[in-house]
Amino acid sequence: MANLRDIEMRIVSTKKTSQITKAMQMVSASKLNRAEQNAKRFVPYMEKVQDVVGAIASGTKDSGHPMLTVRPVKKTAYLVIGSDRGLAGAYNSSVLRKVQATLNERHKSKDEYVILAVGRVVRDYFVKRDHNVIGEIVGLSDQPTFADIKEIARKAVGMFTDGTYDELYMYYNHFVSAIAQEVTKKKLLPLTDIAPAGTTASYEFEPSGEAILEVLLPQYAESLIYGALLDGKASEHAARMTAMKSATDNASELIDGLSLSYNRARQAAITQEITEIVGGAAALE
Amino acid sequence: MKTVTVNIVTPDGPVYDSDVSMVIVKTTSGEMGILAGHIPMVAPLAVGAVKLKLADNKEEVVAVTGGFVEVRPDKISILAPAAEVADSIDLARAKEALARAEQRLAKKQADLDATRAELALQRAVNRIRVHEGNI
Repeated sequence: MANLRDIEMRIVSTKKTSQITKAMQMVSASKLNRAEQNAKRFVPYMEKVQDVVGAIASGTKDSGHPMLTVRPVKKTAYLVIGSDRGLAGAYNSSVLRKVQATLNERHKSKDEYVILAVGRVVRDYFVKRDHNVIGEIVGLSDQPTFADIKEIARKAVGMFTDGTYDELYMYYNHFVSAIAQEVTKKKLLPLTDIAPAGTTASYEFEPSGEAILEVLLPQYAESLIYGALLDGKASEHAARMTAMKSATDNASELIDGLSLSYNRARQAAITQEITEIVGGAAALE
Repeated sequence: MKTVTVNIVTPDGPVYDSDVSMVIVKTTSGEMGILAGHIPMVAPLAVGAVKLKLADNKEEVVAVTGGFVEVRPDKISILAPAAEVADSIDLARAKEALARAEQRLAKKQADLDATRAELALQRAVNRIRVHEGNI
């Protein structure tokens, strides 16, 4: 019975696929765990930096620091954070769709903006469509350290300061929970929305407020980028875990259906054989 | 002697957290010793060593790569892009980085970012010095 063999082979191959997706799901689950820990470890640093920046920025009004100054916008930069690999559900496509929609809406020509891409999928998307990609990170580890992204963060901040572009937006998947990620847009530069610190201790500045902002603001912007990256990584693992879980579920559903038709076909074959034997025996009498 | 809580945090997590009697940091405008009860202050740090004098007169050293120090009467926070306690410094790696930076500086290529190599050199030298207790 060819049909019986066909079904059997499909069951076997579906089972193998589900083994792989199941394994990927578990790998992503453990990576998600680590990513969440990394994000947690980063929190005290970020809070502290935010605190001090808020205290200083609210203390020294109109410092005229280039990173705080709003300039007329001639060129906009978009920092898009995605992943290197696929199989993560809508992780990359939802960010890309949002960025593309913004680009279509806000800009008439491709000269008006530049792209900074994190992740191979993101890079390939924009390069293929002939956008102006001026910076990229690919092959980032699953648990990135601050040193890994310092380069692009510094570059992104540097190019704003030297006037390559006049504002910088960041797009990434914000980690809400293991099953929900949200595409988030954040205006990074100029730093216009610095929250004033809750504990406004009036600080003494050594040597001066301006000199400190000089050091502090780039560090602040870099840590915002790093924070978004950690957030994005956690979302990536969560998205992949969810995608693989539903793939595994679908596979077992498929296997159930196939087993049912396999058993039916087998039963039909047996019934037919019995009928044939009975028929043969009857003919002999 | 009165003590003050010191926190050293980096983006990759806290590095040091303890009560000490005095902190000596190297700011961009010079070395500075901070005792408990200091007025609130913020100062940017140079690449260098943070010396922590413990209550029992022992001393611990942490290598930091820039960042800044935030002082409050009862708490001192040091925020740096990277920081390592002397014992945990990977000497082999630091020496490698030193050799690499020296090589780059020696080559003086046109497309080379000299300031970056210079900074890398500083960081490597700082790590090695802190590790060997030679500060």
